[in-house]
Parts: sequence; C-alpha cells; structure tokens
Amino acid sequence: MINTYPHNVLSIEKSVKGRRGVKVCTPSKQAQDILPSKYLRKTEINLPELSEFDTVRHFTNLSRLNFCLDTHFYPLGSCTMKYNPKSYDVLCALDNFSSLHPALPEANAQGTLQIIYELDNMLAKITGLSAFTLQPSAGAHGEFCGALIARAYHASRKDKARTQIIVPDTAHGTNPATAAMAGCEVVNIKSAANGKVDLNELQKALSEKTALVMLTIPNTVGLFEEDILQIADMVHQSGALLYMDGANLNALIGLVKPADMGVDIMHINLHKTLATPHGGGGPGAGAVGVRQGLEEFLPSPRVICKDGKYAFAKKSKLSIGKMKSFYGNIAILIRAYCYLKQLDGESLKDIAKNAIINANYVRVKLKEYFPAFFDTECMHECVLTIDKTKMPTVKTLDIAKNLLDKGFHAPTIYFPLIVPEALMIEPTETENKQMLDNFIEALKEIYNKALHTPDVLHDAPLNCPVKRIDEVSAAREPNLRWTK
Amino acid sequence: MYNQENCKFAATHEWAYIENGVATVGISDHAQHEISDIVFVELPKIGTKVEQGKSCCVIESVKSASDIYAPVSGEIVEVNQAAADNPSIVNQAPHGDGWLFKIKMSNPDEVKNLLSFEDYKAKI
Repeated sequence: MINTYPHNVLSIEKSVKGRRGVKVCTPSKQAQDILPSKYLRKTEINLPELSEFDTVRHFTNLSRLNFCLDTHFYPLGSCTMKYNPKSYDVLCALDNFSSLHPALPEANAQGTLQIIYELDNMLAKITGLSAFTLQPSAGAHGEFCGALIARAYHASRKDKARTQIIVPDTAHGTNPATAAMAGCEVVNIKSAANGKVDLNELQKALSEKTALVMLTIPNTVGLFEEDILQIADMVHQSGALLYMDGANLNALIGLVKPADMGVDIMHINLHKTLATPHGGGGPGAGAVGVRQGLEEFLPSPRVICKDGKYAFAKKSKLSIGKMKSFYGNIAILIRAYCYLKQLDGESLKDIAKNAIINANYVRVKLKEYFPAFFDTECMHECVLTIDKTKMPTVKTLDIAKNLLDKGFHAPTIYFPLIVPEALMIEPTETENKQMLDNFIEALKEIYNKALHTPDVLHDAPLNCPVKRIDEVSAAREPNLRWTK
Repeated sequence: MYNQENCKFAATHEWAYIENGVATVGISDHAQHEISDIVFVELPKIGTKVEQGKSCCVIESVKSASDIYAPVSGEIVEVNQAAADNPSIVNQAPHGDGWLFKIKMSNPDEVKNLLSFEDYKAKI
C-alpha cells in the first residue's frame, strides 16, 4: 500500500491556535511574576499546537516512511548493517539493567560489573590482546582513545619527538581526523597499485618521529594486508606502535587474532561486528584493546574481580583517564555480551566466512556489469566502479538513487576516495542467497538502463517519499530553521 | 586569466601561476571536474607559512573533502574571499575567478618540482 500521508508537512504547519493534547491547569502565577525579566522570552515560542490524536498520527506516519535495516536490504559498505537480534533488546531492557542508577555503589551493581568484566575478557580472547576498555562511545572515539594511549606510552618513555601518525590512503576517513584531534601530525601514505600498503612508502614515512601507524584491516577497498607481519616488524623496528582500526573485524572474527599480526592497540566497533543496533548517530561502542605491557595506559576505572566480587580498580598512574562517564553505553555492551555468549569458537568463524562469501558472490556475479576496482578476491565487502566508456553520462549517484526505487538501501558511494565512482557493497553474513540474487538482478536492470536509456536514471528516486534531492543547494545554502 | 598553458602543476592537481616571485594557486580543471560540485572552501590565513607538498587548505564537494597542497613553499599573502563566499566559481572558472590564494615564494628553485601543462595533461 502506498503511504499517501502528507509527510512533507511539518507538525508546526498543522498547528491550530489553541488546540491541545492535554489540558494543563491555569498556573496561579505567571512566569513574569517569578522570573527576572532578563530570563523571559522576548519572541513567540512557536510550538505546534495539536491534539494528541493528530500527534500520534503525525509520528506514526513518519515512522512508516523509514527505510531501515528492519525493512530493507542495507548493503552500506564499511557499516556492517547485519541483523540485530531482537531478543537482546528485551534482555538489555530488563529492570535490573535499565533501572540501575549509574552512581550506585559497586556492591549494588554486581551484575552489570560482571558483564563488563566478562565482555572485556571475551574480547581479549577473540583478539589475542591483553585487556580492553569498554568506555568509548563509538569507533572514532575508540581511535582517539588509542591515539592517546600511544602518546601516553611514548611520553612514559620520555620519547617526546614522536608526534606523527602515519595513515595510508585506504584507511577509514576518521583515522587522519583522530590523529589530528590527538594533537599529532598526519602523514598520509599512498597505497600500492594493488590497493595494499606500499612497503617502500611506509619505510620512507617511518622515522624517530613516528608515534603510531593506523591501519584499517581489511582496508577500505575490502582487501587484507598480506604483508601485515612485515609491516608490523617495520613499525616496531622504528619504535612506533601499530594501531588496527577494527571497524572491519567482521571479515576476521574467529579466523585471525589481531595480536598474532603484531597489533599493539585496536578498537572493535561492537555496534558493527557484534550486532548491536546503529545508524543515525548511535549509540555505539568502540571497545579498545591493548597488547600485554600497555594495560596501565587504558582509561580508568577498569573493572576487576577479587574473591568473586566485582569492583572498580584504583586508577593507574599511567592511565589516560576517563573517556566516558560511568560505564559506557551499557545497553550496547549488554547486547554485544549476549551475542558472544551465543556464538563462540566455530560459529564465530562462520560469521567471517559467510560475510566474505557473500561479498565475493556479489562481486563475481556483477563482474560484467559493475567491475571491482581491484579485480581480486575481497574480504567482507567489495568496491565496484562504473565503466565510463560504456556509460559516460551516468554517475554512481544515479545507480544509488535507482537502487532506492527498487527497494534496496544504497551502498556507500564515492568512498574510498582512491576508487573513482566507487560503489562499496557490504552484504554481511545475515543476508541469504535469495536476497543477494534480487539485489544483483536489480543492479543488472539498472546497468541495462544505463546503457540504453541513461536519461531516465537521472530522475530517480521516483518511488520514494522524497525525490532527487538538490544536494548542492542544500550544502551551499543550508536552511536549517523553520520560520513562519 | 591564469591560462593553463602558462601555469605549473603539482601532481596533486593544484596549479601555480608564477609572476614576480608570487605564485597564484588554484585547482586544475580536471580536479574540479573530478570532485564535482564544490560546496565549501576553507582558505588559509594570510601570513601563514606553507611548505611545498604540505596541506594548507580544504575544499569540500558533495562527494568528498579534499586537502589542497601548497605547490610551493612561502607565505600566504592574499586569499580569494570570493571563492569562499561563492564556492561554485571554483567549478566555473578554476583558472580564473576561482583562484584560491597567493604565496610569496621562499624558494623559487622548487618550481622545478612542478609539471608543465603538457606533462600534467599526459599524467591525468
């Protein structure tokens, strides 16, 4: 059924003067009787005046326009939009978790502390690293935490010259931003022609100034760094630390332990690999792990277990301090804990294996239509491009918008930057073959239109509530406030 | 205004028009085409010392945010406020009204590290 509700009318535009949802009693005193005049509003407040029924219909109808993971295939590359089990939502909403006041004494929060303690250990087991902090709110926050740990490590050795962070051009865009936020100089290195780290470039960039090398593994073109052991050696020889952006851990979980690759510090996006809801800005969780010898630098407080009782450890002198108030995003941590309780050993391997198979299935099936930029086996995602010689007037943006019309969320586009007209597809392991085949079929149909009737592609989406957006005007002249 | 044939180019797609020790800098026509509609130009501050090959300002398009690298070392002596006010001119006239900033060169020898228009064209 087509939703004919006038979704583009704001609640405030439906406002009728004096209409109310709830009758509020007349206050005995007015604001101006109690507050100094400087605190009184000078202009109209402009709140919508609606009945309760109008309000319910307004928001219910808006919610039905959602294009989301629970309604559509969502192959958004780099985001690991896998199924988030609904039972975890129920579990983390249990009263004992959700009603817990964050300032309760340790003795009254034993269950939650136990989960933090055990999740820390579970992540350590999966990665081979020594210890984790669960405080950071998301991936980039985790990276920032990692960069601060690296700085604290070098500072503790009085090695003050190390102020540079090396980031390859196939890293996540947040990596250079993190390096700058941590007060370091960003040194970009170009990747080799095969999309992987160029060892010569890395060697040239490494020096006694290097604090950290940040690698996204697999990288943003969906390729595994096969030279990782040599890379780790080079980094360590120069006295720097190796950071792994673990946002793409879905390709490795259960198969490879980052510690075995020589990683010193890493973050895991629990909201990606460990199946907790995300999108729309959070909340997420970017747990950060360190190898043996770096535990003292982790944020405080850490949860310890002594004689079967859980408690916050005393702050270590070398700790970088607190990254987040209280326990971190605890509802996300509980969900991730449930996921790892359900899946371990062999079933963890199946996550990575199926994620890799699904991405390669899409890549190979679309080879004649939208070729992979690096024509080789990929990991959990494939980065395709369009053949400009066949379709000179068609852009990746057109392909993405046409996918919306066919009931698929668009993949990530124009990223990574080293791939022209990039189309970055990450199916995840939780999609079945039928869904992938439907998606492939949709892209083949779009391909045929691109060859024969390219002009029709420029108007899409036609079936969505909002049509083609004028992104240029929206960015050049943003109109962010409603005015009468 | 700053005809391509009379400019020197960096491999990172900036051009420099050199006159009396001052380099006027912009991005190439190829670059503006590749990054597509530009929506934001963050210019360097006048007086900033820049180094050849080092990032000195940022251009955002609907596709991406791109660092602009100084093609020569020196000091920023003038910026094109019109490009920041109306970024579309960088798309419309990358070699004209869409220039970005001027650098008073500290090491004119560096020009030999840049490409001629012919060599740049062959590279892209």
